[in-house]
Amino acid sequence: MATAPAVPGEHSGEAEAETPGAVIMHHVMDSNEFAFEPFGAVELPRMSIPASVPLLGGLDISITKRVVMIWIVAVALVLIFSIVGSKYKAMGVRQAPSGMANTMEALVEFIRLDVAKANIGHGFEKHTPFLLTVFMFILFCNLFGLIPYGSTATGDINVTLTLSVFSFFVIQIASVRAHGVVGFLKHLTVGTHWALWIIMVPIEIIGLFTKPFALTVRLFANMAAGHIVILSLIFISFIIKSYVAAAVVSVPFATFIYLLEIFVAFLQAFIFTMLTSLFIGLATAHEGGHDEHDTAVAHH
Amino acid sequence: MEGLAYVGAGFGAGLAVIGAGLGIGNIAASATEGTARQPEAASDIRTTMIIAAALIEGVALFGEVICVLLALK
Repeated sequence: MATAPAVPGEHSGEAEAETPGAVIMHHVMDSNEFAFEPFGAVELPRMSIPASVPLLGGLDISITKRVVMIWIVAVALVLIFSIVGSKYKAMGVRQAPSGMANTMEALVEFIRLDVAKANIGHGFEKHTPFLLTVFMFILFCNLFGLIPYGSTATGDINVTLTLSVFSFFVIQIASVRAHGVVGFLKHLTVGTHWALWIIMVPIEIIGLFTKPFALTVRLFANMAAGHIVILSLIFISFIIKSYVAAAVVSVPFATFIYLLEIFVAFLQAFIFTMLTSLFIGLATAHEGGHDEHDTAVAHH
Repeated sequence: MEGLAYVGAGFGAGLAVIGAGLGIGNIAASATEGTARQPEAASDIRTTMIIAAALIEGVALFGEVICVLLALK
């Protein structure tokens, strides 16, 4: 969200950025240019809100590498799903989808039934669009980040924080909708004796904020860590200056981690969606008898 | 004194990995045992296992991020 204002000529330290640590940090950080290393780079526009604007003055709103990646992901998602959607409309009732529509149907059905329905239970249809959007966005950000020259938008803590702020509001609004404002406040006391409220209420309020914070750091750290591990493995051969290390350690292990990252891309998108729907389910569950309700849903 | 940050980062990374390894290993052991005892509950157990493993991994990654910051800053 709030990033440091762009310093002109900030990226001019290219000559000193030759140590492995500096190169790794440069790769993991956001930047103001889209580099296509041997072929040069595309300079992205830098801009900031004029200092005269109250409250937001001086805020950096440059279009950075990550912003471009997010736009690419958004365009790809709109294209893919409008094509798939029109295919579905043209299809007969008894006809099975094929090709891309089939792949997307598998993912959508998985999120709708195994994630939303299994965790939220009653009234899961209302939350399915949000969960599907979050899942597809994170998945495509993760996968596009693995393409050479790309950049993982979800490996940026600003992006993941924004995503989990959305989750936070969805969870709390669902809770207020399900229980009313009085019920929501009652939830904060966890049904304890009034003498304990001075301890329980602050703990519960902190608990409301730790959930989205954990979502933020988990997604960010997982995606950033994968890239750091791949680069570190490649740099092993540069640090000890040996072709043998490159052939035996760097290339095979980096390839292995790269393939593992494809799995992690799916897993982290799933985990984020799963935990969001789990929290929605916990926030909207009715007291008493929601246990048998849950099992009843799980057996469908 | 500069070098102490590297020592701390190295120790921190190792300790975080020990904790996460023990935790995820325990989950996997219990999940395997549970699945062997009750194969029809395998899919439920798998989902619970993945969620718990992700939660533990998240805590370990908090530690690793701090270690990376120590080593690179």
